[in-house]
Amino acid sequence: MQTRTIGEVILDIRDVSLAFGGVKALTEVSFDVREHEIRAIIGPNGAGKSSMLNVINGVYHPQRGTIAFHGVQRTQMRPHEAARQGIARTFQNIALFKGMSVLDNIMTGRNLKMSSNIFAQALYVGPALKEELRHRHKVEEIIDFLEIQSIRKTPVGRLPYGLQKRVELGRALAAEPNLLLLDEPMAGMNMEEKQDMSRFILDVNDQFGTTIVLIEHDMGVVMDLSDRVVVLDYGKKIGDGTPDEVRANQAVIDAYLGVKH
Amino acid sequence: MLYREAGQFRTTYQADQQLFPIRQDRIAVLLLLAFAFAVVPLFASEYLFRAILIPFLILALTAIGLNLLVGYCGQISLGTGAFMAVGAYAAYNFAIRVPSLNLLLVFVLAGLVATVVGVLFGTPSLRIKGFYLAVATLAAQFFIDWLFARVGWFTNYTPSGSVTAPQLNLFGWTIDSPTEKYWLVLAIVCLIALAAKNLTRSAIGRAWMATRDMDVAAEIIGIRPIYAKLSAFAVSSFFIGIGGALWAFVHLGSWEPLAFDINRSFNLLFMIIIGGLGSILGAFLGAAFITILPLFLNQLPAWLGINVSTATISHMEFMIFGALIVFFLIVEPLGLARLWTIGKEKLRLWPFPH
Repeated sequence: MQTRTIGEVILDIRDVSLAFGGVKALTEVSFDVREHEIRAIIGPNGAGKSSMLNVINGVYHPQRGTIAFHGVQRTQMRPHEAARQGIARTFQNIALFKGMSVLDNIMTGRNLKMSSNIFAQALYVGPALKEELRHRHKVEEIIDFLEIQSIRKTPVGRLPYGLQKRVELGRALAAEPNLLLLDEPMAGMNMEEKQDMSRFILDVNDQFGTTIVLIEHDMGVVMDLSDRVVVLDYGKKIGDGTPDEVRANQAVIDAYLGVKH
Repeated sequence: MLYREAGQFRTTYQADQQLFPIRQDRIAVLLLLAFAFAVVPLFASEYLFRAILIPFLILALTAIGLNLLVGYCGQISLGTGAFMAVGAYAAYNFAIRVPSLNLLLVFVLAGLVATVVGVLFGTPSLRIKGFYLAVATLAAQFFIDWLFARVGWFTNYTPSGSVTAPQLNLFGWTIDSPTEKYWLVLAIVCLIALAAKNLTRSAIGRAWMATRDMDVAAEIIGIRPIYAKLSAFAVSSFFIGIGGALWAFVHLGSWEPLAFDINRSFNLLFMIIIGGLGSILGAFLGAAFITILPLFLNQLPAWLGINVSTATISHMEFMIFGALIVFFLIVEPLGLARLWTIGKEKLRLWPFPH
């Protein structure tokens, strides 16, 4: 049972259009995300879901339309600036730092909160050491939360797929984001791993109050987890509403099942 | 059986984050340092200092600098020789133009000049990577070789183009015997190795490794690529610049631009590839492999009592050396440092590996 309350709109996307040359990835898409909610983006392959996430965290710059985060409208923004504003994400194909341990990967997620200068870091004493330990403490909380204590010193390349996905979630959580973008967090997982991941997503949302935007193909998961769903098809929005509304929407059914010609 | 960590509990994060968390490692490192500082000077001959130990230490230092850039940050550079040359000539110019400067300050300033040049030639890394970046840094190598050979001001208008370092003097202590030079170099190398190790386990080191492993993801979690890449070029060039200054002042004494040509760059790159990319220990092992092994191969026939001509020996030396490089890269592409780590992991369980 969730106790959270859905708040004000924190992310407002209006008439966003994105094209690569002649290919229209997104056409006049508008939707909003409210504080503390879990918002799903669904759609068939190539519908523009990942492009939408890339627009939100500044990887792609839309040709038209506006994006307002916490009421502040933004023009051009680099991904690292989006990260500083509190937007974190995970990737469809795991994008962990393969040469580093689980602990270091999650510690890297807190880099943007660390401020000691390069000389202090070279000495590794005093304030730099204190800062390192303070962040280590926070990272250990995340490690406990995700139940990955036993693998904290393991290089991530050696871990099985499901655990890598979990570490990637940990790295995103380390930045303590207000908005968490999850790009197919359950792709390629078996039923048990999906259940674990669903539980973590709900817990993140419930305990930390993090707003979540997620892309997922497993309709069962989407309908169970999300408060509201946006449906994209060929870069256009064809549906928006609660899971039940979307399920009943004729345009959505047509997009997924096809129409008789 | 000696290498056990049973019973060593780390109860604070500080204890877990220390440089050598296992007690046996701490003892071994202290013994090694004591041996290097106190015992080696007791028995080492002048030849051992001049031909092996001093060049090995200086090249290890330079390899650490290069490894920060290539091994940790993933930016390939073929301009190492050039950055060493910048350090060497900067040190020379500071030393002869401002003779009152303290020797250590001269080295630091030389490092800083190399930093500026390194960052300048590192800016292409913001747009290009991999082989293309290697070629861009190659430009630094050729340009700087040309600069020191052709612009007379840098060599104080010496007609031959060859310059001689002034006498080494530190707080009134004249450093001229091989043992004193060895101590100076060893102390500097220890300090720089420690600083490099600390950087790699801090926020900046993680930013470098993140950029190396997955630059897109690194930017998305808030690491500014400009800062990560240019800081790697800066720190790396600083250490390489000091390495160049030491190479010129302590090892060579007098030198010409040829001492820092493209061969030096490749030489150092081989050291970190064989030693282990992304490892401070690897820089030492690689430097040892490349500087000491040829000398060893050269002496081997004499020790074994085999009578071969010097020409054959030097040819054989190249062949065996090349074959060993290929052998090591096939057996362990991650370098000697990786072999060492594997060995240590095995030793923790030996002799009961189950």
